[in-house]
Amino acid sequence: MSTADVLRDCAADNRAAFIAYLPVGYPDVPGSLDAMRAVVAGGADIVEVGIPYSDPGMDGPTIQAAAVQALRGGVRTRDALTAVEAVAAAGATPVVMSYWNLIYQYGVEAFARDLANAGGTGIITADLTPDEAGDWMTASEAHGLDRIFLVAPSSSPERLAYVAAHASGFVYAASTMGVTGTRAQVGASAEKLVADTRAAGAERVCVGLGVSNRQQAAEVAAYADGVIVGSALVAALTEGGPAAVEARAAEFAEGVRDHA
Amino acid sequence: MDYELFSPQHSELPQGPYFGDFGGRFVPEALIGALEEIGEAFAKAIVDPEFVAELQRLHAEYTGRPSLLTEAPRFSEHAGGARIFLKREDLNHTGSHKINNVLGQALLTKRMGKTRVIAETGAGQHGVASATAAALLGLDCTIYMGAEDCARQALNVARMRLLGAEVVPVEAGTRTLKDAINETFRDWVASVETTHYLFGTVAGPHPFPFLVRELQRIIGVEARAQIQEQTGRLPDAITACVGGGSNAIGIFHAFIGDEDVRLIGCEAAGSGIASGQHAAPLNDGRVGVLHGSKSVIMQDEDGQTLPSHSISAGLDYPGVGPEHAWLQSIGRGEYRPFTDDEAMAAFRLLCRTEGIIPAIESSHALAAALQVGRELGEGAIIIANLSGRGDKDVDTAGKYFGYLDAQAEEAETAEPVGAQDPAEAADTGDTAERSRS
Repeated sequence: MSTADVLRDCAADNRAAFIAYLPVGYPDVPGSLDAMRAVVAGGADIVEVGIPYSDPGMDGPTIQAAAVQALRGGVRTRDALTAVEAVAAAGATPVVMSYWNLIYQYGVEAFARDLANAGGTGIITADLTPDEAGDWMTASEAHGLDRIFLVAPSSSPERLAYVAAHASGFVYAASTMGVTGTRAQVGASAEKLVADTRAAGAERVCVGLGVSNRQQAAEVAAYADGVIVGSALVAALTEGGPAAVEARAAEFAEGVRDHA
Repeated sequence: MDYELFSPQHSELPQGPYFGDFGGRFVPEALIGALEEIGEAFAKAIVDPEFVAELQRLHAEYTGRPSLLTEAPRFSEHAGGARIFLKREDLNHTGSHKINNVLGQALLTKRMGKTRVIAETGAGQHGVASATAAALLGLDCTIYMGAEDCARQALNVARMRLLGAEVVPVEAGTRTLKDAINETFRDWVASVETTHYLFGTVAGPHPFPFLVRELQRIIGVEARAQIQEQTGRLPDAITACVGGGSNAIGIFHAFIGDEDVRLIGCEAAGSGIASGQHAAPLNDGRVGVLHGSKSVIMQDEDGQTLPSHSISAGLDYPGVGPEHAWLQSIGRGEYRPFTDDEAMAAFRLLCRTEGIIPAIESSHALAAALQVGRELGEGAIIIANLSGRGDKDVDTAGKYFGYLDAQAEEAETAEPVGAQDPAEAADTGDTAERSRS
């Protein structure tokens, strides 16, 4: 099922989608697949399979540390495709989240082809905006993949319209100006950003960065199409393995239903 | 000195975002607004006589520009009859070319109404320069420096703190310059409303490669006039070290249109290209995206950045500015590797023949000048960009040559002073001394 279909179904169900991020290869490749199955069992609708990168400029300490360990363990880009298959087999919708150089080195067209074949539905591009996305626009069209670009509180109205016009599936709204990580509060600017992004033409907007607990998930679910959780799940994995991930995921899955 | 500070408005040379296939702006959306703001502010500043006059005043009265062009006759005796001239960026206030860039960007920061600057630093030269500019112009300043580099360049850490900057050692990743850049970007994403990222080299997302080049091109503009005054003609070659590449692009840029002037960038070959322990992407890397632009980088098959190695902290970077990748791709720039040992031999030779202690970074350009001199022979004129002074490197060099231990005296008398071929020196005495240290 495409991300748009998932988000539509959730909306029909009068709730937001729960989107879970986990990096492939952490704590090792088999362990990361177990963790991804666990978030699906816990109720994730969409799973973002993160590809660890040596220079994760947009990530905070939790995801950085996971990336370091995954890379030390020898994780490869192609392992993300295995993870995508595992997520699809577990019954959720997989997308990939990556820094651009990894996709660029794999070959944009080749990665799009292999991702689609593995059952992936799109890519969230952390450091690629539509301005530099020529090859990706072509490849994503050819293989029916979603281009999930980001918007931020600093985005001008012109940028919001520009990103919305080039994105497909949904637009990823960064709740705060900052890197990934758990926060006591989700940025107050997030609700306005979602409204502005919709006004700029985006059909579906999901919110990420800083969502740490069920209550925050419920708050965000009140105004966004989906709630994206990353660092909190990675931290759970570190602390208690797949069982802890499933338990944390279940809390977020309840959170996105709480507001109704 | 009468010169145009910035590129002519209708220059045919690339002004970014792209240099041929290289450059661009690969950053999170959150930073796009700030990058656009910087680009617009800079475009206005360079045509504002007030900004230009203020920058020129600082160059003259604070930095001490124009920097000298010094002929190095005793050093040249080892260069096959060529005449080597040194562009003396080491004589600038703070001791390197980095001040040219930071003064311009600090003025720009004030024009944009921001009150804080952040910067990455490798060797500490850019950090010291940034802290200096921040002190001069009353800006808050935070410097990110790899923990490894903090240890290698402890004096520069103290220097930055003396100047009022906060220095944050970066423990992430390989604990060197590339990780310091990541950390500075992370700060910037969260602080961009009040903070300018005072980027130190001609890499990074547009407009930095263009902006930093414009602020550094004064080196070449001066050198071009000076060499003609002193010799009556243009040089045959220019050598400059390349980490990110700001001093190199700074001295190259005014000569790009002079087709007979060879532009030779010197990458850090560390323990040798074949060893893989180097910092020479243009000799052993491939096209990729790192730190916001597409250029040539050291990376594994998947595109994970490889750790770089150089005795010189300032060159210890796995990427390079996109304009250099472009100059290489069109055949206008030559990029040659020089090992730690070759650089250190040239370092000592300059100390002993000219009484100038160069930065180890700049010593790669000195090694190139000797090599190119031997190739070009009698009467050739070469300018080596002496991008920084070596005071910060005395500890590293002292250890390398064995001057800091009990054998110092023995080492001193064991070598023929100054007369030895530096290439041979690297192969013989120095290596033995180094293994003792």
